[in-house]
Amino acid sequence: MTAALTRAWEGVRWYLKEFTGEARWDDYVAHCTEHGHTPMSRYEFERARTDAAEKNPISRCC
Amino acid sequence: MKTVAIWTVVAVVGAVCWGVLAIARGETISALWLLFAALCSYAIAYRFYSRFITYKVLRADDKRATPAERLENGRDFDVTDRRVLFGHHFAAIAGAGPLVGPVLAAQMGYLPGTIWIVVGVIFAGAVQDLTVMFFSMRRNGKSLGQMIREEIGLVGGIAALIAVFAIMIIILAVLALIVVNALAESPWGVWSIGLTIPIALFMGVYLRRLRPGRVLEATGIGVALLLLAIVSGGWIEDSGLGETLTLSKEWLVLALVVYGFVASVLPVWLLLTPRDYLSTFMKIGVIVLLAVSLIIARPVLQAEAVTDFAREGTGPVFAGSLFPFVFITIACGALSGFHALISSGTTPKMVAKESQVRLIGYGGMLMESFVAVSALIAACVIDQGLYFAMNSPAGATGGTVESAATFVQGLGFDTSAQDLAAASAAVQEETLISRTGGAPALAVGLAQVFSQAFGGGGQAFWYHFAIMFEALFILTAVDAGTRVGRFMLQDTIGNVWKKFGDLSWRPGNIIASAVVVGLWGSVLYIGVTDPLGGVNQLFPLFGIANQLLAAIALTLCTVLLVKHGKLRYAWVTGIPLVWDLVVTMTASWQKVFSGDPRVGYFTQAGVYRDAQNAGEVLAPAQDQGQMDQVIFNSTLNGILQSVFALLTLVVAAHAAVIIAKAIRANGLPTTEEPAVPSKIVEPAGLFPTAEEKRAIAEHERLVGAGSGRSEAEEK
Repeated sequence: MTAALTRAWEGVRWYLKEFTGEARWDDYVAHCTEHGHTPMSRYEFERARTDAAEKNPISRCC
Repeated sequence: MKTVAIWTVVAVVGAVCWGVLAIARGETISALWLLFAALCSYAIAYRFYSRFITYKVLRADDKRATPAERLENGRDFDVTDRRVLFGHHFAAIAGAGPLVGPVLAAQMGYLPGTIWIVVGVIFAGAVQDLTVMFFSMRRNGKSLGQMIREEIGLVGGIAALIAVFAIMIIILAVLALIVVNALAESPWGVWSIGLTIPIALFMGVYLRRLRPGRVLEATGIGVALLLLAIVSGGWIEDSGLGETLTLSKEWLVLALVVYGFVASVLPVWLLLTPRDYLSTFMKIGVIVLLAVSLIIARPVLQAEAVTDFAREGTGPVFAGSLFPFVFITIACGALSGFHALISSGTTPKMVAKESQVRLIGYGGMLMESFVAVSALIAACVIDQGLYFAMNSPAGATGGTVESAATFVQGLGFDTSAQDLAAASAAVQEETLISRTGGAPALAVGLAQVFSQAFGGGGQAFWYHFAIMFEALFILTAVDAGTRVGRFMLQDTIGNVWKKFGDLSWRPGNIIASAVVVGLWGSVLYIGVTDPLGGVNQLFPLFGIANQLLAAIALTLCTVLLVKHGKLRYAWVTGIPLVWDLVVTMTASWQKVFSGDPRVGYFTQAGVYRDAQNAGEVLAPAQDQGQMDQVIFNSTLNGILQSVFALLTLVVAAHAAVIIAKAIRANGLPTTEEPAVPSKIVEPAGLFPTAEEKRAIAEHERLVGAGSGRSEAEEK
């Protein structure tokens, strides 16, 4: 029971982090660790991501 | 064997629900019959029809790499988990449209709207979304306009480009009109919606400076502040600020135009992105809440199955008979051309496996259709006298509870002036009479369902909660739409004047934004001040425009099926295309040429012009100035209507030539990208099948866990 609840909670957390794009940072850090790079600061990373969004407008339908 | 049994049960339950709906006459029935008839139909359509389209017609092939895999760059091309992409796609396609259209169409009864929403989505809307997404995916995520230019021809492409831009302006204006009608004379609404701006700004700064990237944290704070903004609206209303925040429609138009302009030139991180997080979470939260409350509350339908307005076409909410006007009033939720813009371009660049377009394209649209059915139910469970008092223009209701009660009693409802006054007191609004646009009526419906489900009254809170959430995502759509329109304009003019196309050139941004905002702002102003009622006049234009765009998209899909040598399957998009053309062209014809002044724009203008020449003032116009306004608006609407229809016919005629050529040649070359083998193994549907689980385990054993992603990232 507890195990199932934990799994469900983990699932929701995973989904929300992926959905909002928060997980991108974790992916990036994991990637750097794997390849032995020093990651840039989170501030720089998020800044680059939001600046890229500037040229790529989200479409919202009616 | 087990699956056969399950699908037989689903089919039987669906058939029983439809049967009950068909037989029930003159007695009240539970809204759950509608809900389950829809759900069972969706399940069967998804299981069988979407599977047929994906594998037999389109031949999605998971051995081919998708553009996301081939061109992965971590930005627009990005392999995304199917469940996450489903959420993104759904959030992008579903907005106020599926909530508002069905509410207005409820004037014809619950049955015509429900049937169109369910049948339309299964055979037209979801098919369009799926096929456009598939063809765009096979072309590296090209946009609808680009594909039309390359596959149909330059003239068709230009016609489509103009149509898309013009239709977008109309859509933005009508969406903004709905917000204006919901917020006018409502200090509570203005206060809570106004507060979303500082809340979004705070979240923007939080995500940029204080705690970069912590989106969930920021959104959690934002939602809490938002709820506080709604609750505090009730206190504000009774305080001194209430007077100040009671804004007329004209002031709200000005506020929206200024806001739209500023929002579209500000950096996205400051306002647009955080507002989008808020609106997306609110949207999904409310939809889930509504589905749950409908099942708990089990409300009874107050509307008739089919009203007299459906047969006679004399409805006060919008004029015209059932055919074709139910089919254009409900666009989003059944068939929405605007989705073709999102299904081409953004989403296909992120699909991991080809077969997943079935879940994302077809499944996402079914979900929107479900939202539309829920909205229709919300409009049909409120007192129908109140429904008509709210949704008929002020020219018909007279604007006071007494005159409105007389008006709805004339329609055959026994709703009294006291009932109408009590209804507005219950939600703490000054008045509910002629609050057109659908949003306030939906909010009353939602407030009733929510307070019935959770008990404890709170109608006023729920009403303003619903208004807030509708306004929130309409404003997000307006922000995003203005920006997209600005990019389109800059891109198009950039072809002749290079500098203007440079997105980092500030003066270009400002001019293009001003043009886009100015265009939708003027249409909005015209709608708001229209003596005949802006929603009544403009909503048909909006619906027809949206479905003409669908006709353009379905034309492209049919052309591509024939070009790919799949003539025998061309009916899959061909039938909805023919249906859509018949509906939109009949509607356009009637709006342009009908001799009935309530339907035909030019006849309407003519009647008012004749009266003016005779020196008379025709109600609901009150003076010669308003007479001029009616004549000008109706003529303008008529011209716009004709232009949209002609542009669509130009595209269709060009397409017919290409189709004829392709049939003679047994197919023609297309711009489809050549196949490249895929290295990713992933399930196609929401839940992996046993076979897919085995395949994934096998793949991971051979190449190591998570190989698809990390390999793509190394590039």
